[in-house]
Amino acid sequence: MNGFEFDWIAIAPFLILSVLGFAVVVLGISFPKMYRGTLGTIVLVGFAVAFLASLQSWDDARLAFGGMITADKFSSAFSCIFILGATLTIGLSINQVEEKYLLYSDYFALVVFATAGMTLMASGTNLLTLFLGLETLSIALYVLAGFRRSNEFALEASFKYFLLGAFASGFLLYGIALIYGITGSTDLTKISAYVSSEGILGSKMFFAGFLLLLVGFGFKISVFPFHLWAPDVYQGAPTPISAFMATGSKAAGFAALMRFMIAMQSTTQSGWQDIIWVIAAATMILGNVIALRQSNVKRMLAYSSIAHAGYILIGVLAGNTIGSSGIIFYLLTYTFMNIGAFGVISYLSTAEHEFITLSDFRGLASSRPFAAIAMAAFMFSLAGIPPLAGFMAKFYLFSAGVKAGYVWLVIIAVVTSMISLYYYLGLVVQMFMRDKEADVAATAPLQPAVMIAISIAMLAILILGIFPSRWVSLFQDLARSLM
Amino acid sequence: MEKLIGLLIMIAVGVGLALVFWGLNRLLGPKSPNVVKDVPFETGRAPISASGRRMAVKFYMIAILFVLFDIEMIFLYPWAVVFRDIGAVALVSMMIFIAVLVLGLAYIWKRGALEWQ
Repeated sequence: MNGFEFDWIAIAPFLILSVLGFAVVVLGISFPKMYRGTLGTIVLVGFAVAFLASLQSWDDARLAFGGMITADKFSSAFSCIFILGATLTIGLSINQVEEKYLLYSDYFALVVFATAGMTLMASGTNLLTLFLGLETLSIALYVLAGFRRSNEFALEASFKYFLLGAFASGFLLYGIALIYGITGSTDLTKISAYVSSEGILGSKMFFAGFLLLLVGFGFKISVFPFHLWAPDVYQGAPTPISAFMATGSKAAGFAALMRFMIAMQSTTQSGWQDIIWVIAAATMILGNVIALRQSNVKRMLAYSSIAHAGYILIGVLAGNTIGSSGIIFYLLTYTFMNIGAFGVISYLSTAEHEFITLSDFRGLASSRPFAAIAMAAFMFSLAGIPPLAGFMAKFYLFSAGVKAGYVWLVIIAVVTSMISLYYYLGLVVQMFMRDKEADVAATAPLQPAVMIAISIAMLAILILGIFPSRWVSLFQDLARSLM
Repeated sequence: MEKLIGLLIMIAVGVGLALVFWGLNRLLGPKSPNVVKDVPFETGRAPISASGRRMAVKFYMIAILFVLFDIEMIFLYPWAVVFRDIGAVALVSMMIFIAVLVLGLAYIWKRGALEWQ
């Protein structure tokens, strides 16, 4: 029993983020009048430290707390993605939180705590650690979703997210209980050993537990049929938080799902592939088709984010090194392009007028060229048009799917991404080829922090799109170390 | 299983006895229905308002804070039992835990959640 040895280094990102969160709370209650930029800068410095700490475990894999925590290349890469996403989220929020929402120190602290939960999900190799991370993340997000307390959409978002999220956590816990009952452990390596000797279908109770866990993770990554909360919640939440949920929270869900699925792989045919196949296909079709009909850009992005979860599932299904590295590359890319797209909305919105309907974007190219060009770049990247990163990300995932023999699923993916062109480019057409209506001129003041965040995201999708091979070979090293 | 049979018999006898008394009362007791008897008892006076009133949300706040800080007890008891075996690490861990709780208390205090206004 060496469970009481504290390995500080293995959980360094988590510890740094937790301490940062508490520091923000203390600062918030001690200096209520502190300038939001100062507090934001403190948070960003803390994120930089946590980022360096996450990089630490890339070359130095270690198992800690009796196997509850594994700090390896996987957790390192994912933690970096989460922290990048959170950094951009803070960048989008700095100019907004004071005038639009009160209590910005609470807002920052909750974002930091959510990020801490995410890092725990990426490094957890025990179902209980994964659950702990997921709850830390979720509880912070429930509050953040309803941060505009006087807005009825925000209340709906928070309430719906909390109720459904609580149910999903219940499913997850019940699944963990059943799996524990059969295998006698919540440790993923022990569960993996059970699966390779008995198979997933070896015991009905184990299979039930497996399905319940899939429901729990499926809710977090918002795949069909557990996607219903996403559009309402993304619409009602503050725009930077919608971005944070669509990227960071989804990436964290995928991190946990990948850890779990790698444990579920056995030498024999495991029996879960068909389930994931159907979920992936349905998610891609449904997300893209419903997105066609949305006139609210935030809802459109929500359905598009559902569809993207479907694409990423192809990588989970492929289960090979290209698939796993493809997922991580996709999530990295997706973090930049989606936060960028939500960022443009938040850049254009004012306290009185949220800039979210398609008609708001009409003729934006002449009144706000920077925002229009940025939004067009993110839309092209989300649609997967070269040379932007979205194209390379899809390319790697789909080729992994073909290599693993899922040709039909990849055909569905390609066809649905062509459908998605319609609504992504529809927004671009509105911005560049339509004249603006008189009364919806963008009046939001220029916000430097948001502009910087959007520029970083644009630069990132260009670099990742033009020079992807360096990153992909890094992620392939990672994937090989997992298998 | 044999140990539990006694318990089962006791439950059966208890429920049975209650049912018998309730049934006998229904069968044998005198009945004189009366409007006043159906009115909720409120110190002998006629009720002045409906019982299903709306409650102020501040009760909810107090309740949730109580639950939050009461949970720590659940962690303190098992800790106290194994404290001697684990030693210094246990002490430090629990101090960190309590420090986080104190921070939470300071937070709700500063934010005015404890004020009854």
